[in-house]
Amino acid sequence: MSVTLTAMSDSTVTSSQQQWLGPGQMPRPSRGPYISVITNRTTNLLIRGALLFSVGVFLALVLNLLQVQRNVTLFPPDVISSIFSSAWWVPPCCGTASAMIGLLYPCIDSHLGEPHKFKREWSSVMRCVAVFVGINHASAKVDFANNVQLSLTLAALSVGLWWTFDRSRSGFGLGVSIALLATLATQLLVYNGVFQYTSPDFLYIRSWLPCIFFAGVITMGNIGRQLALYEYKFIQEKTHQD
Amino acid sequence: MTLREQLREKISAAFYRHGLLCASYPVPIILFTSASILTCCYPLLRLPLPGTGPVEFTTGVRDYSVPSHEPQGDLGERPDWYRGPPVAYIQQVLVKAAVSPWDSSLVTVDVFRSPLGRAFSLLEEIRNHVHSDSLETLCLQVTDLFPGLRRMQSVLPEHGCLLVSPGNYWQNQRELFDSDPDLLKTIQKHEPQRPAELKHLLFGVPGKYTGVSHYNKKKVVTYTMTLVLSRYDARFLGSLRARLKQLHPSANCSLRDDHMVHVHFKEEIGIAELIPLVTTYIILFAYIYFSTRKIDMVKSKWGLALAAVVTVLSSLLMSVGLCTLFGLTPTLNGGEIFPYLVVVIGLENVLVLTKSVVSTPVDLEVKLRIAQGLSNESWSIMKNMATELCIILIGYFTLVPAIQEFCLFAVVGLVSDFFLQMFFFTTVLSIDIRRMELADLNRRLPAEAGLPPPKPGPLRTREAPPPPRPSPHTITLQTPAFRNLRLPKRLRVVYFLARTRLAQRIIMVGTVIWIGILVYTDPAGIRTYLAAQVSDQSPLGDPGGGGLPPHLGVAPVFRGGDPTSTLGINPAPAPTPIPDNQSQGHHGSSRVGPLPEAPPPSVPQITWGAEDEEGWRRLSFRHWPSLFSYYNITLAKRYISILPVIPVTVHLSPQEAIETRHPQDTKHPPPSIPKVAADIQTDLTLYKVAALGLAAGVLLVLLLFCLYRVLCPRNYGQNGVTHGRRRRGDLPCDDYGYSPPVSEISPLLLRGHSMDIECLASDGMLLASCCLAGQIRVWDAQTGDCLTVIPNHGLRRSSSSGCWEQRDGWESVSGAAETECLGSEAHGSSISGDGLSEGEGYPLRRRTAPSRPTLFTDQPDLTPLIDTNFADQPPSHLCTPPREGFDFGGLVERAYMEHEPPSASTAGTQATADWESSVWAMELRGNLIAAGRSSGKLELWDAVEGSLRCINEDGVSGITALAFLNNRIVAARLNGSLDFFTVEINKPLGLLQYRGAPGRGSMPPSPCYSSEDVISCQLTRSVQCAHQKPITVLRAAAGRVVAGSQDHTVRVYRLEDSCCLFTLQGHSGGITAIYIDQTMVLASGGQDGAICLWDVLTGSRVSHVYGHRGDVTSLVCTTSCVISSGLDDLICIWDRSTGIKLYSIQQEVGCGASLGVISESLLVTGGQGCVSFWDLNFGDLLQTVYLGQSSDGQGVRQLLVLDNAAIICDFGSELSLVYVPSVLEKLD
Repeated sequence: MSVTLTAMSDSTVTSSQQQWLGPGQMPRPSRGPYISVITNRTTNLLIRGALLFSVGVFLALVLNLLQVQRNVTLFPPDVISSIFSSAWWVPPCCGTASAMIGLLYPCIDSHLGEPHKFKREWSSVMRCVAVFVGINHASAKVDFANNVQLSLTLAALSVGLWWTFDRSRSGFGLGVSIALLATLATQLLVYNGVFQYTSPDFLYIRSWLPCIFFAGVITMGNIGRQLALYEYKFIQEKTHQD
Repeated sequence: MTLREQLREKISAAFYRHGLLCASYPVPIILFTSASILTCCYPLLRLPLPGTGPVEFTTGVRDYSVPSHEPQGDLGERPDWYRGPPVAYIQQVLVKAAVSPWDSSLVTVDVFRSPLGRAFSLLEEIRNHVHSDSLETLCLQVTDLFPGLRRMQSVLPEHGCLLVSPGNYWQNQRELFDSDPDLLKTIQKHEPQRPAELKHLLFGVPGKYTGVSHYNKKKVVTYTMTLVLSRYDARFLGSLRARLKQLHPSANCSLRDDHMVHVHFKEEIGIAELIPLVTTYIILFAYIYFSTRKIDMVKSKWGLALAAVVTVLSSLLMSVGLCTLFGLTPTLNGGEIFPYLVVVIGLENVLVLTKSVVSTPVDLEVKLRIAQGLSNESWSIMKNMATELCIILIGYFTLVPAIQEFCLFAVVGLVSDFFLQMFFFTTVLSIDIRRMELADLNRRLPAEAGLPPPKPGPLRTREAPPPPRPSPHTITLQTPAFRNLRLPKRLRVVYFLARTRLAQRIIMVGTVIWIGILVYTDPAGIRTYLAAQVSDQSPLGDPGGGGLPPHLGVAPVFRGGDPTSTLGINPAPAPTPIPDNQSQGHHGSSRVGPLPEAPPPSVPQITWGAEDEEGWRRLSFRHWPSLFSYYNITLAKRYISILPVIPVTVHLSPQEAIETRHPQDTKHPPPSIPKVAADIQTDLTLYKVAALGLAAGVLLVLLLFCLYRVLCPRNYGQNGVTHGRRRRGDLPCDDYGYSPPVSEISPLLLRGHSMDIECLASDGMLLASCCLAGQIRVWDAQTGDCLTVIPNHGLRRSSSSGCWEQRDGWESVSGAAETECLGSEAHGSSISGDGLSEGEGYPLRRRTAPSRPTLFTDQPDLTPLIDTNFADQPPSHLCTPPREGFDFGGLVERAYMEHEPPSASTAGTQATADWESSVWAMELRGNLIAAGRSSGKLELWDAVEGSLRCINEDGVSGITALAFLNNRIVAARLNGSLDFFTVEINKPLGLLQYRGAPGRGSMPPSPCYSSEDVISCQLTRSVQCAHQKPITVLRAAAGRVVAGSQDHTVRVYRLEDSCCLFTLQGHSGGITAIYIDQTMVLASGGQDGAICLWDVLTGSRVSHVYGHRGDVTSLVCTTSCVISSGLDDLICIWDRSTGIKLYSIQQEVGCGASLGVISESLLVTGGQGCVSFWDLNFGDLLQTVYLGQSSDGQGVRQLLVLDNAAIICDFGSELSLVYVPSVLEKLD
């Protein structure tokens, strides 16, 4: 029942979105420790950013490991170094990007005035992360007939991920644009010879890369929104207490 | 009804029945489900364990040729990895050596020193064996060891043939071996670095079979020499085999040597690969954690979470099992795809189910709760499952084999998950709910509160209930004493132990484990013992054998017979050709000598059994990969061929053993050698002890069981209070027997009105209603008693005096002299004092129903019923339906009202206009009812006594809306004008000294008027043309009056001085709904479907949203959201601060648009013959209360929420008073 209700309300939200005149601005209760709210905000933002950064670094390490194809020797003396097999700058880059994305999503939501209400639960977020890792897994492990098939499958999976866990137009738009930007950046990096792919099939990179980027953006956005929900709740409680 | 709805109802009905079934027979259903799970998982036994276990393939040795690289078509059973040459051929030489006969003068080191010493000569033999090729050309040449293994350089061969044997410990040099004072120390030296692996590698058999220890009872040393060949040369190997057998013949060795085993190793999972896997599992566990955390309001959260996980896991197992059953072998790496499968199948349904069930009313029977919960969620569950199946089917058509397989598993898993949810989880849930209900029952017994639990320890003592959440309408069932009860910590620990029955459970589990261990070990021991016995004794029963094969471990009883003769005469038949038999004779003869003096049990026997045939199987499956990995050769995805083992038996004489002894060997204190003779004896005692233990265990279990039964009420599952308050038959049923969700909330029907109810007003204590017939009834809002009836025509005007004279035929008490004359024009008050009714006390509290009219003494004249004056009917009967003409009840009642003997004739002409003016608006404050009539008159009635206190006839235009706040009445008229009245109370001076005001101060601001007070109603200000068009809505709160009109504007007036503060413009249609409350929140809805939120202080618009297609019919605000309903049957819930729609609820077509908010999170809506309760936080339907048996046709148009968590709604000509305790109970 609740699912249908949310689905219905969701569709009605999209239909009535055009008629919004602007975000409602209720007069904020002016009394109370304004400074502390500010500091709480910034610390909150910092905490969220740090969390997102670490999640991004962790996922980058793990997924990079998935991507690195190699013969497994039994006692590889360089297990630790193989974790960091990619260049040192890759995980920090991914972390920074994910922190930015994770902070950008709730920000855009609040600017557009349509908070994301679809499946706001940690279990759903975990599911989303798991599916994201699964998509990466599939791209690394499953043998596809050709690259087109691989890319199409991954694209379908990514869009499915968005539909299952996000369903917001802003999320889709942001995901697509960031994915395109990231693809472009990767192309430039590869073009300049910073690193390279073993068998590029889309100019200099693999053609599934945009899909992975898109799925990653959706995932990080999901996490970011969930984290932002905590801040929202916190502030609400705060105002209640005041 | 569309097809979808039909389907939906069918599904719902089916789920309802299924829920009843599951909750009725929990145990059989759980048994059935477990049986089906086990059946479906049975094929899994045939699968190799998931992981990287090697796969074997056996071919014959004789016609062996290296398989080609190209796959060949006709080889059905040949696995696809069996292509190309193997990495290596493994030839093992299995050596069993013993010093025989065993001499008592020998020390323990002799058991293995000389046998191990033989390895060097064997090695020499193998190395030097030449047959057209030497070993050097055939064997696998290895280079450096892996860089990280420098320590093992001294042990493992480098730069040469890969040939390992125990001799490697001493660099294959006999001299080093001979000079080694402590062999075991040398062997153990390498252990710490590579636990047990090196020993396995070099010995080629698991450590405990080697016999290289001080405690070797059998005194047989076993080791292998492992020869790794790169090429297969049948002739070389054949000659080597023949040579070794010739040198060291193995008597009666029946090992088969015609099979070659190819072992394929799967990809190794390195640590690096493990990290992503571990990550996915961590994510999976986080998912499960966050999911199961949401399970709430059940007895045992953990139990249900476990059940949920079990449901998902066993559905996965079932899916794999079923797929295997139908011939689909899983090729995917199970460990890798498993988390994804769990995530795809998900725990959501289970959680939704739980939530739905626990949100059904608690006081229902468990069966019905389960059934209701199931049927509530049936549609969404089916829909979700269909969607998931569709998605997975789409995935199936990607035509990628791996994805297809995944999808196949997922589909089967989903279906079996559904099955398990329906049968397993539902049943578990029903058991849990039943337990919780019992817990609740115990909790609710107030007599037990504060007392120690009445029954001792092992019984269930209930935990202290969580403190109820403060909610405005929470009905707490506990006494405060119980709530404040703080048990001491020690007691709480004891209670915890008692509650969880920790000790009992631990004992039970311990016993079960113990018995399990006994059962596991004992029969195995007995079996092996029996098997040994049988194999020992079988030759005796063999009539043709005529002898005793010496290779068998003969019981010492038979040893003394004639072993030597049998040895010489009867070599054991061996399937393999044994090249030379003579050495056996030699050995046999060598044993002849010592035998007589040697004590019988001291001859170590070398036996060859089937387990020696493929001795490498006893090794870890990582044995070969690790051996090769030392040389940086990976076996992942490749295979090796293991050639049949070459058995070598070495018998050494004691003299030889003594000769090879190292001087230090004898210095070791001879460890106590357990007597071999005692072996059997100890075995027998062991079995006796085991049998005794088994018996004792069974006895203990029985005892515990009895104790358990004695101490615990066995029937706590069944003996609960039966909740048979409502049977299915009592409910409105459909023709297929499906009853709508049962509710224990029984609405209280207030009957009495003869026609549809038009106006409804309440102040919490009293309830006033007015029907189309003009009759006003006052009810007690708590009990539903009808207190007063104010008939439409109990009103007479005595034209002569200009006073209103009210004769109340019903009120016999006041009938004495109570007549009030109020100057209608001068607003003055003249007291026609009565003072006699003083003894009545507080009229408000009077419960006694008014005595029935004395009809028979005072019969009415029915002639006025014949009313032929149709022209006098005013055309302004907007709301009166035509069926009024048929309502004789109303007419007759009217006639009774009219029955007024003295003045009837005079009233006749003037009263007709008044009769026909209907009440358009009504308000109730204190005990004053303000009624606005279509004729423009404003009347004030005493709600308790039913007497008219005041009337104002200033306006002529009909009063469309009234607002009554404190002592002000605001009336909105049809012509758009707004009149402000002030109610003034003049207490008669003479009465003040008598009555004082006892208890009056406790009354809330709404003033209470006693019947003696003279009440006047003065028009203080009349705002003409407040709106251009008729005023449709009028609300007053917080000192403001807000009027909405059809001219698209909303005006805000101050109540005190009736000054217009703001004119709010923003709607593009007439205003249809307005909400204002004490917090100055103003919301308005219009015909354009828009909802505006205004700031009453500044007059600015806060937000403006379009929510409905059509009129907004009703608006309510809570502190966090705004709820609106519209003509489009949609109820929208908006966030109040941001104006964002949270969600909307689609209601049935044509249902009422009435709304009410009971508490912050409970919304009540009126529907067709029912009212529904919604959880505002989630938009879930909590409960639907049916107001009557026939639910069709009549909708709830008005709905009032009273302070005491009751709601009043109109239902045709009846009123329904619904108390909502059980829904509120849910909220705490």
